[in-house]
Amino acid sequence: MDHTSPLEKTLRGIAIALVLTFFLFPIFWIVLMSLQTNATILRMPPSLVFEPTLANYRALLTGTLETTAGNLDIAFMRNLGNSVILSLSAVALSLLLGVPAAYAFARFRFRLGENIAFTLLSFRFAPPLLVLLPLSLYFKHLGLTDTYIGLVWVYQLICLPLILWIVRGYFEDISPDIEHAYRLAGYGWWQTFRRIAVPLARPGIAAAGLLAFIFAWNNFVFALILASADKQPVTVGALAFVTASGIQYGQIAAAIVLSVTPTLLLALYAQRYLVEGLSLGAVKG
Amino acid sequence: MALLEIASLAKSFRREPVLADISLRANAGEIVVVFGPSGTGKTVLLRLIAGLEEPTSGQIAIDNRDMADVPPEQRGVGMAFQNFALFPHMTAFENIASPLRALNGNGGVTAGVGKVAKLLKIDHVLGHAPRELSNGQKQRTSLARALAASPKILLLDDPLRNVDAKLRFEMRLELPKLLRQSGSAVLYVTQDYKEAMALADRIAVLLGGAFEQVAAPEEIYNAPHSLAVARLFGDPAINVAEGRIETAADGVRLALADAALPIDPAFRVHAGRTVTAGIRPEAVVIARDGGPLSAVVEAVTPLNERTVLLLKAASGWEFLASLPSSGEAIPEAGGRVHAGIRPAGLHLFDRESGRRLAVNGREG
Repeated sequence: MDHTSPLEKTLRGIAIALVLTFFLFPIFWIVLMSLQTNATILRMPPSLVFEPTLANYRALLTGTLETTAGNLDIAFMRNLGNSVILSLSAVALSLLLGVPAAYAFARFRFRLGENIAFTLLSFRFAPPLLVLLPLSLYFKHLGLTDTYIGLVWVYQLICLPLILWIVRGYFEDISPDIEHAYRLAGYGWWQTFRRIAVPLARPGIAAAGLLAFIFAWNNFVFALILASADKQPVTVGALAFVTASGIQYGQIAAAIVLSVTPTLLLALYAQRYLVEGLSLGAVKG
Repeated sequence: MALLEIASLAKSFRREPVLADISLRANAGEIVVVFGPSGTGKTVLLRLIAGLEEPTSGQIAIDNRDMADVPPEQRGVGMAFQNFALFPHMTAFENIASPLRALNGNGGVTAGVGKVAKLLKIDHVLGHAPRELSNGQKQRTSLARALAASPKILLLDDPLRNVDAKLRFEMRLELPKLLRQSGSAVLYVTQDYKEAMALADRIAVLLGGAFEQVAAPEEIYNAPHSLAVARLFGDPAINVAEGRIETAADGVRLALADAALPIDPAFRVHAGRTVTAGIRPEAVVIARDGGPLSAVVEAVTPLNERTVLLLKAASGWEFLASLPSSGEAIPEAGGRVHAGIRPAGLHLFDRESGRRLAVNGREG
């Protein structure tokens, strides 16, 4: 039964509208900016009325930036490709390492187990700048500077703790009896892990993978220091729009729209995994 | 040779002993009910046999093979869990099929599942996922899964705990036949004494981490080894009072609550001792022409086909009597009665140890 009065409903609607406006306004404004030239963006006072142009997107897709000071090559599409490669490989590696580790932490008590798990989590607490200097020295030594492998490795600092701790919780929620029942049905632990634990934790694995992907995608500082232009993701590539002849706000906006879209779509798609309660009804009590 | 042999098995968790010195044998086709109040380690015992826990000491042998280093999947054990533990992402069919597939690939799976499903009357829901099944169907599916591969040992962990009363009764009727057909040695855990009495060939009473008594249901009821066992079986529970064994000219008496109850002359050897007497409420008879125990009826309440009276003896001792409702006139509350005790329902225990008093060198 719904006991809310019409007044309460209206107030609630207004409150929700306010919150949504607050959070969605920047996205809305960026989309508007991406359809304008630098001149209309910077005019005073700002106005919602303008003649939309796709010039910004054209510049990004063709890779040449036309400015008053002449033509400038930008590697935006390459950066976008780098972002995809780096984020996907980082998440894939993290899942490969993190899911079995999460299972181990969830199911087995071993010496220093909690300490190891917490140490991995603490990677998320430390400011990245703290580790960057030693890391860049090591990487130079190992020849990992400016390689995809090196970046994917460093990205584990971002992805692995997330996946480990989220997926661990999902594994802990699965009744051990379900796995025991599978063992007694005649299957070894590896098959039990693959056919029972992983499928049942799939919503959690999907959620953790998605979050890790977004965090990896949004990372800026690691790639800024450890990679050069042709390995850098969009977050760093956006710096190229700060040119000698001024900041290209229109192109920055368009670049943001293009780089946010994949994560946004992914989040929308994966939403159903996040709410799926697979384990419901299987175990009583 | 016994199919299952457990020898002086013990298990502690963090030095806290849960099971101490458990020994048990079970033969093919035999149903042994492990009975005891909650928290006595019944489930731990099953998990040890299944290989889901490692014993602290002692041996488990299945089919004459020591199980010390054998992983659960190779023990030939089927188990039904109290919470069913069905695989939620598989249909009922796949749940039941999983042990068959592990055993012999995909050959004969459909026939095997069909057979056991028909036996348990769930052949019409095989295509359903566990969450679409009723509690009764879930319970039958989990039983079917445990039975499917004809395991040597079948472990049933209170399988009727989570189903409603009607279904529990139905299953209590069906299970003995079903389990005997399986040819497995069955270990059945329950904390419902009626279930234990209905299903068991033998009942193993687990108390304080060890078996207090292992015997046929009738023997457990009629000759409990200790007061603790006597208290666990029977509804209403057994009456307990202290009494003194005395000799009289015409036999041996138990002086209890101002009355002298005649008992087996063999108890003469214990004359003079103060003992704990357990009196089954069914053994109390209300005599018209006067019994030795005079009491006032405090309350009367019906229980199934019987009527339970709360009686208070002149000494202040309160005890219960359970009479057939259809028999003689039931006295009314407030009335005065003269009660007698049938010797078969009167058990004598040592006051300190709670053990059954021995007569003629054997336990009573």
